[in-house]
Amino acid sequence: MRSVRALAATAALSLLAFSTIASAGEPKQGGILRMYHRDSPANASILEGATYSINVPFMGVFNNLVIYDQHIAQNSPDTLRPELAESWSWSGDNKKLTFKLRQGVKWHDGKPFTSADVKCTFDLLMGKSQQKLRQNPRKAWYSEVNDVTPNGDFEVSFDLKRPQPSLLAMLASGYTPIYPCHVSPAEMRTHPVGTGPFRFVEFRANESIKLTRNTDYWKKGLPYLDGIEYTIITNRSTAILAFVAGKFDMTFPTHITIPLLKDIKSQAPNALCVVEPTNVSTNIIVNSASPPFDNIDIRRAMAMALDRKAFVDILFEGQADIGGTMLPPPQGIWGMPKDKLETIPGYGPNVNASRDEARKLMQKAGYGPDKHLAVKVSTRNLAEYRDPAVILIDQLKSIYIDGELDVVETANWFPKVARKDYMLGLNLTGNSVDDPDQSFYENYSCGSERNYTNYCNKEIEMLFDLQSQEIDVGKRKQLVWDIDKKLQEDVARPIIFHARAGTCWQPYVKGVTIMSNSSYNGFRYEDVWLDK
Amino acid sequence: MFAYLVRRLFLMLVTLFGISVVIFFLLRIVPGNIVDILFAAAGYVDPADKANLEKELGIDQPLVVQYWHWISGFLRGDFGYSYVSEKPALQEILPRIPITARLAGLALLFSASIGIPLGVISAVKQGTRLDYALRVVSLSGLSLPSFWLGLLILTASVAMFNQMPIFNPNPQTWLEAFATYAVPAAAVGFRSAALTMRITRSSMLEVLRQDYIRTARAKGASDAAVNYQHALKNAILPVITVIGIEAAFLIGGLIVTETVFNIPGVARFLVEAIRWRDYPIVQNLVMLIAIVVVSANFIVDMLYAVFDPRIRYTD
Repeated sequence: MRSVRALAATAALSLLAFSTIASAGEPKQGGILRMYHRDSPANASILEGATYSINVPFMGVFNNLVIYDQHIAQNSPDTLRPELAESWSWSGDNKKLTFKLRQGVKWHDGKPFTSADVKCTFDLLMGKSQQKLRQNPRKAWYSEVNDVTPNGDFEVSFDLKRPQPSLLAMLASGYTPIYPCHVSPAEMRTHPVGTGPFRFVEFRANESIKLTRNTDYWKKGLPYLDGIEYTIITNRSTAILAFVAGKFDMTFPTHITIPLLKDIKSQAPNALCVVEPTNVSTNIIVNSASPPFDNIDIRRAMAMALDRKAFVDILFEGQADIGGTMLPPPQGIWGMPKDKLETIPGYGPNVNASRDEARKLMQKAGYGPDKHLAVKVSTRNLAEYRDPAVILIDQLKSIYIDGELDVVETANWFPKVARKDYMLGLNLTGNSVDDPDQSFYENYSCGSERNYTNYCNKEIEMLFDLQSQEIDVGKRKQLVWDIDKKLQEDVARPIIFHARAGTCWQPYVKGVTIMSNSSYNGFRYEDVWLDK
Repeated sequence: MFAYLVRRLFLMLVTLFGISVVIFFLLRIVPGNIVDILFAAAGYVDPADKANLEKELGIDQPLVVQYWHWISGFLRGDFGYSYVSEKPALQEILPRIPITARLAGLALLFSASIGIPLGVISAVKQGTRLDYALRVVSLSGLSLPSFWLGLLILTASVAMFNQMPIFNPNPQTWLEAFATYAVPAAAVGFRSAALTMRITRSSMLEVLRQDYIRTARAKGASDAAVNYQHALKNAILPVITVIGIEAAFLIGGLIVTETVFNIPGVARFLVEAIRWRDYPIVQNLVMLIAIVVVSANFIVDMLYAVFDPRIRYTD
């Protein structure tokens, strides 16, 4: 029985907290953190959402069983910390994960937290309960979980079909809060009840979201803030001007583009800003079921025509990352190293040579200077989709492909993709956890609902399972690199770049850490404080 | 007069029925519904979940049945529930109406109080430098989109005063409350003021050339009496028409102004509801706006009758 002792984690946490506090001064209690929110989320239920517009304001209402250390930017297996669980342990065959739960924790309505709540949460997520989530976008995360069994009030076990060390990573995501048994999913959408540092006060659609300090929080002395108020401002210019004028203490996390960051720095020189990867990749979805992209040569030619550095330079002034499916290092844990990446066709430093090869492939497929291939490049009608799509069309011209931009409204984008009513699409894929299981199974597994291109390779599928069961991190990394390389060579969903974005806050805001390999997990804000 | 009133009221009801049908079916023609959008946002679709949700929201039923449910509910005052917030639609709409009403009212007040006097001055001083300057102002008002003007005001406020005149939900003083609405009202009312100024000017110029004005002057009436008592009273009819029409068109300007100044009014709310295909909100809100517009037209027609005896006696 391998155990991860809470003591060691707590000691590490204390040491880190001490160093943070020492560097930032003595934390002060009080004050309302004022932030703007980029849009009005559909509801307040994190389990039903698939956007960080829900996670950011509502993560502070909840706790998870385990959580990524909120003061370490890079989420990794080493930064997992106990939260509602005091400790966890794996069985000898790695098929049973047992959590000892914290006692004395209360829901915001005063009812006690027990193992029944954990079971209810995961029964909801696995679709086993009577009550149903209206939407359940992460059901697939728990496909290897047979059952969640309480052992008394304060212990719970996850029985797995096979070893899956990544389960902990998914449990630590901001997307996996524990819900109370006694509150229905419908109520959780409008008035969430949690055990977290902040209580929900009010959500006025298109106006504001208000949280107040949970005075009965199980971590004594926390949170430092009296509350958090999010004002919903959908117009980015207005929001940024308001931050510059001091109306807000902090911008919405990872909402500032690189060009806008320069504006903020010039207008509010005291503001503290960081730029981090968002773990959102911009990629190409190819309809390989119908001509002309059923021809692997044309798909390969297209992948080899990409000048990824040009995308990064134009859109991010050089501040974005080139990689495969997994976020590249140093921020990414599982991304291929540069030398391995550059062995993949189309990733080498010599773009011209790569395009020469691509043109030969196009000529082999019957296209050339006198016979261009006309395609529609479909994408969502949002700037972050449209802008790279325009650059893509320009680059495809170099290999005799004439692209026409087909802009699709959000409401119609996914139905169109699901119908396979596109030739070539430019798509964004967000990864809520920097972990291969989440990324590979969701986006490339045969039959997955998010595998938009229907890429299905049984050989790769076996490798997915192999890496998923591998306990040794080093060995797993090698497997993941090989899989990622193969996915790029198969032109399964060519990755163009991994975006970066900025976050700014006023100098008196202390204790903020922006995660560097996920934009979904770092918003508990229990030890953020205002030095006013 | 009574027959005219009854005829106008009947026409009003027919118009509102027509609008309800158009609103309902136009919304259904727009591709995608709330369920598509929710699943698009989640990036996946489970056909069973989708069917359940469509059934729960009642959008799986035939369109005629859906229309009947809506319109009968509307007539009973039951506006249904918002698909997005799951709160009663009326509860979502009502608190936002006074905000937009104040903003629209202030914008119209700005439009009339600036546009009419400046239009009169421009007409009376025709051909002078002042007239040319006022015509440039009115042209710029018609040319500047209100969102751009709003952003310009915000940028200038931050750059010059380090202040941001965006919506303050809890103003402490009446001055703060006034400031919350005054700047956006000016931004959105500038265009209306410009139009009112131009209409007032041209209408005044026409009236000032009439014989009875010359007679008034010959009888020794003062300039002020001629301009404001004799001329403006007769020149105001087309201006009232324009202000009435502008009240309806104002909603378009308010959408962008509410967005730029982050004002939680019905105009911005309506756009968001359309984006989400939140039918109960869109249908009921557009219907309420239609009632306001049709009623405003009705009131303007009645005002015509009050101001112009020729209409009063034409039955």
